[in-house]
Amino acid sequence: METATQTLQKQLTLIQAITDALDVMLSENEDILVLGQDVGQNGGVFRATEGLYEKYGEDRIIDTPLAESGIIGTSIGMAVNGLRPVAEIQFFGFIYPAFNQIMTHASRIRSRTLGRFTVPMVIRTPYGAGVRAPEIHSDSMEALFTHMPGIKVVVPSNPYDAKGLLIASIEDPDPVLFLEPMKIYRAGRKEVPEGKYTVPLGKGNVLKDGEDVSLFTWGAMVPLAMKAAEQIEKEQGICCDVIDLRTLYPLDRDLIRESVEKTGRVVILHEAHQTGGVSGDIISLINDTETAFLSLKAPIEKVTGFDVPVPMFSLEDHYLPKGDGIKQKIEHVYNY
Amino acid sequence: MDVTFPIKQIVNGDGDLVDASYKDKLTKDFVTKVYQKMLFARMFDRKCVNLQRQGRIGTYVPFEGQEAAQVGSAMALSDDDWMFPTYRDHGATLTFGHSMRNVLMYWNGRYEGVLPPKGKNIFPPAVPIASQLLHATGAAWAEKKKGTDRVAMAYFGDGATSEGDFHEGLNFASVFQAPVIFFNQNNGFAISVPTARQMHSKTIAQKALAYDMDGVRIDGNDFFAVYFTALDAVEKARNGDGPTLIEAVTWRYGAHTTSDDPSKYRDQTENDVRRETSDPVTRIERFMKASGMWDEALDELEKKASEEIEAAVGEMEKAAPAELNHLFDYVFETSPWPIREQKDHYLKSRGVNA
Ligand SMILES: Cc1ncc(C[n+]2csc(CCOP(=O)(O)OP(=O)(O)O)c2C)c(N)n1
Repeated sequence: METATQTLQKQLTLIQAITDALDVMLSENEDILVLGQDVGQNGGVFRATEGLYEKYGEDRIIDTPLAESGIIGTSIGMAVNGLRPVAEIQFFGFIYPAFNQIMTHASRIRSRTLGRFTVPMVIRTPYGAGVRAPEIHSDSMEALFTHMPGIKVVVPSNPYDAKGLLIASIEDPDPVLFLEPMKIYRAGRKEVPEGKYTVPLGKGNVLKDGEDVSLFTWGAMVPLAMKAAEQIEKEQGICCDVIDLRTLYPLDRDLIRESVEKTGRVVILHEAHQTGGVSGDIISLINDTETAFLSLKAPIEKVTGFDVPVPMFSLEDHYLPKGDGIKQKIEHVYNY
Repeated sequence: MDVTFPIKQIVNGDGDLVDASYKDKLTKDFVTKVYQKMLFARMFDRKCVNLQRQGRIGTYVPFEGQEAAQVGSAMALSDDDWMFPTYRDHGATLTFGHSMRNVLMYWNGRYEGVLPPKGKNIFPPAVPIASQLLHATGAAWAEKKKGTDRVAMAYFGDGATSEGDFHEGLNFASVFQAPVIFFNQNNGFAISVPTARQMHSKTIAQKALAYDMDGVRIDGNDFFAVYFTALDAVEKARNGDGPTLIEAVTWRYGAHTTSDDPSKYRDQTENDVRRETSDPVTRIERFMKASGMWDEALDELEKKASEEIEAAVGEMEKAAPAELNHLFDYVFETSPWPIREQKDHYLKSRGVNA
């Protein structure tokens, strides 16, 4: 499924893998362009587009006026007219002015026109808390978009996936929201193949095989989940099946089902608020998949952010899920 | 209305009075007070940049270079008026009477940081760009409905003029003739994007024309141009004669925030030239010296300001850690069950009884 046309590897951070994906696609297809605030000469406030302005010029790496609705609205116009815009929203917390454009147009032009007009567009944006950012910069509102019909939602958790998923997103014929967990932008370098390869949308990934408890998560929570799983295995011999969902819409139903059939016990971990979070969709998917539902040996547990606005940074560690909380829930479902 | 929008100036960068009609207004007492506030604003800002470097506060947004715009506009307000600042306008909020300790707390990631002294109408800094123009218009409109003569001042940058909220704010204010002053600081950049790439319009002031509103363009580094222009706009609004858009042309010397590297997108030697030719603080000092207002006692000001700032830093650093209640208890007046249960559960998991 995962296709690599090149085998040479380089060591990249997650954000460098994103730059690399953009570079690969920009060089392959002239219709692709990158637009957003400070993406040009500045290379993006996180440096995700570093070097691209120098390489592809100001006609393809475009500093826009400071207007999210403008960025997304004009991207829609370009996309229906044959271009392939990759728009950057500087922080997920500033996507709201563009919500109208995404909700009423990007996500439904294909339906409205019975497929005549389409919006092959990617919206990239850094998201999540844990970097002591100023107010409003740390939101995790992915569920606003998984609830929205007509847009796919993708979240990488490591450099390899980031590059492969971004390339797949750019090649996708429909709008994709590509959420970049900023806490792990530079969490370490990993081997990333040179050149073009894709990681398919809609497919999760088993990061650690286990028989006892399924642990479903994504994005910046993945390293936390892995650590908790490793600790609890060492301390108590509980073996977790850790699954990085990678795409939040559409969910990888087969992978979730297989895991639940195997373990019968489930913990879902996300940083976003509890009520209305993607955990609800995973639970309903398990409920609706008879073989998974009937395998359950314990009620499903969640570890999430609270139903409060993501706080100012002096309180963000309290807001964010923690290893102990995850281990408690794993233990709880295991001993149920 | 003049459609070319020439830049209004009263005292130029060399400290020369270029508009003699203001001569009598620039008394020694007044100018001394102004100098004191300007110096204080600059020292506060520099202190914060240092605190950030030392890891004693989080990311900070500096305003050095914009002191005249911020202090001058804030001084034109009366105690009961409203202020709607951005994240860069602590020079304005402090001048208007914000708590120094709390402004520091804000940059230390604390909710207390947005709280001005009780009764002071300073809204929390707007982080989503341009959103505050509508709040200011609404607050001003409410004052008009209540029949008071209070006004609201909205602060925003050049980049903010690109957002839809900018246009909606001006239009509402114009339609309902709200007593609001739109105070723009055109500091040359929105992060890395220069004003000339933000807009094709030659000025920001000219955008007022579309709303049939007065638009004024001033030297934002000239305290006196800022202050007297803002005062006129405030008086006009108070008298029921509607909103004004002021474009204060200024320059930020520093980075966009302490996480930004301006050498990526501009020639930093420009700062040295501007410090010499158009600095807002130096020009007042030059003006005072040239007009015989300078007093040796002024050399003491720095020491006094520094003591006040250090005391506030001390208070910020002595503050007890952020309260968990701040996370849970202010989402609603009465917390509904999900928040109550999440809080109880969290406190229990930490061995605290709710
Ligand atoms: C809606 C929104 N989009 C993007 C940002 C990120 N951002 C913060 S400041 C800034 C530039 C603002 O420039 P300007 O309005 O000129 O004000 P300045 O910062 O120069 O004072 C940007 C893009 C934001 N805070 N809000």
